[in-house]
Amino acid sequence: MEGILALLVGLFFVSAIYMMLSRRTVRILIGVVLLGNAVNLLIFTSGRLTIAAPPVIPLGLQTVDDTVANPLPQALILTAIVISFSLFAFLLVLSYRAFQELGTDDVDEMRDAEPAERRLPPMEY
Amino acid sequence: MAGPGPIVDRAQAMIIEPLAAVDWLAIAPVALPLAGGALCLMLRSRNDYASRLTIIVLGLLVLINVGLLGVVLNHGPVVMAMGNWLPPFGILFTVDVLGALLSLTTSVVGLVGAIYAGADIDVGRRRFGFYTFYLLLISGVSGAFLTGDIFNLYVWFEVLLIASFGLMILGGERAQLDGAVKYGVLNLVATTFFLIAVGLLYGLVGTLNMADIARSVPELADTAPIAAVATLFFVAFAMKAAAFPLNFWLPASYHTPRIVVSAVFAGLLTKVGVYALLRVLVMLLPESRMGLDHVFLWVAILTMLVGAFGALAQGDVRRLLGFVVITGIGTMLVGVAVGTEEALAGAVYYAIHSILVMTALYLAVGGMERLAGSCSLHTTSGLYRTDPTFAAIFLILAFAVSGLPPFSGFWPKVMLVRASVASGSEWAAATILFTGLLTTIAMARVWLLAFWRDLGTEAPIRVAGLPTASRVNWLGPIAILTVIVIALGVVPEGLMSATMKSADALLDPAGYVGVVLGQGEQP
Repeated sequence: MEGILALLVGLFFVSAIYMMLSRRTVRILIGVVLLGNAVNLLIFTSGRLTIAAPPVIPLGLQTVDDTVANPLPQALILTAIVISFSLFAFLLVLSYRAFQELGTDDVDEMRDAEPAERRLPPMEY
Repeated sequence: MAGPGPIVDRAQAMIIEPLAAVDWLAIAPVALPLAGGALCLMLRSRNDYASRLTIIVLGLLVLINVGLLGVVLNHGPVVMAMGNWLPPFGILFTVDVLGALLSLTTSVVGLVGAIYAGADIDVGRRRFGFYTFYLLLISGVSGAFLTGDIFNLYVWFEVLLIASFGLMILGGERAQLDGAVKYGVLNLVATTFFLIAVGLLYGLVGTLNMADIARSVPELADTAPIAAVATLFFVAFAMKAAAFPLNFWLPASYHTPRIVVSAVFAGLLTKVGVYALLRVLVMLLPESRMGLDHVFLWVAILTMLVGAFGALAQGDVRRLLGFVVITGIGTMLVGVAVGTEEALAGAVYYAIHSILVMTALYLAVGGMERLAGSCSLHTTSGLYRTDPTFAAIFLILAFAVSGLPPFSGFWPKVMLVRASVASGSEWAAATILFTGLLTTIAMARVWLLAFWRDLGTEAPIRVAGLPTASRVNWLGPIAILTVIVIALGVVPEGLMSATMKSADALLDPAGYVGVVLGQGEQP
């Protein structure tokens, strides 16, 4: 089970990095989403997998009496999902706005902050 | 069915007695600006209240941080367990000397920036929540410095990141949007790398509490996976800190927002990356750091050189300062790479110096733009004639950032050079001195061209886009930081001994671990 998920995580990472190497902001953002999901799966897998063993203490006992699923990775993933979702929503709006203002979605052509022709500082006066 | 398990007293997993007042000190640097930010959001139509409230909150924060530093220096680390859940299960705030020092510096810089913001942020930007974002940023940075839980550190990274996005694009000018796309994507990728490393580390040691990690990592049988995790942490934090070759987002974006925003970014954000390197790689994963020290050293040397040469090639002072920030990051990385007590103390001292002086320099560039209407080295001139006091302050800051005595940049460089020579890394020491010379040339040229040269052009009467402000309103904050920079250069003993203490605690975390986990052992 861990092996299959590990392969899946690897696949996610590969596709995320491939997409992020693109020059178009939309593709980069798809890469960012894939990367976030890859990390969530990775945390899930590194918390060890169990099938059908909810972490519930049976009635009358003080602790769980058998191997149960680890609830912590799920809490971590929930946090990470909320954060990455909100940041992704922000980046999506930002790049759309940048596309409207700058007229391009090619990061090589986004040169407003760093103009291509640069003047060196004066050497003398 | 299995029989009943061993009887566990659940009360032992909780703290029963109420928290002492000193424990609240540990959370105040986060809680206070968060509350202030929420209030500012409600008061955003009354922006005169919001600016006063921000200054009051940050002023209080300085006092609280002074108290916190005093407690930590005298009585050792302060621990606060959230929701009374004992370590290693609950989320902790653990304040040691390093965290308290940086948190204090953060609040000082935050207060100075908030005062300067009155002269830099127009009504429109105030109405769109400048002060809310500003306080959230301070809250996130303080949280990152004070937390004792590695996943919580990631959460604070994201808090300060989203607040910085808001500040970065406030105003929505073309250059801002352009810079923000690059800043946003690369920083988000960096924090995601950090999260990957946290996930893998959790899979290896099964805990997220920093003290527990520091205790468990040496007990692991296999060191190879930890080395991989350490490399991932290094990539993530080096990207946050803008170390070569992951530095390109910084000069692409830091010059685009309002100058007070650039100032707090340049002061605080990259140092959070350096702090995380110190905390995670030096304290939690020391053996992996030693395995990687050659990589660190080369990264440090190249970062310093890229920053120094980049600064020499810029004709715009805002962009020039972006490269000066990068040189400073390289200097701090030398401390991380060498890793002896003196080197780490030098890195911490340099971080504090860099927070103060970079903020002051960016604010001073704001002053240049206010007086001359531009910060291009081709057109700006004659500022010495316009305002000799300001010219003197700028010269002091230029010397301080280059590391000349008697200002604050001198002592950490002495410590770092001595430590790297002592540990056989002469090349790093030589690069620190060489890039110091290049920075001196770059900064002296700025002063010479913008202040001393006189092209005879008249200064504009009023610069578009800036609110009217009295001279004390913009020069006062710069002067406050300059006084601190001089004071830290003239009487460095206090800070030096505090940074030595913090370096000591990083190298030998037994005290930190004992304070955190000791509580859990006694019922």
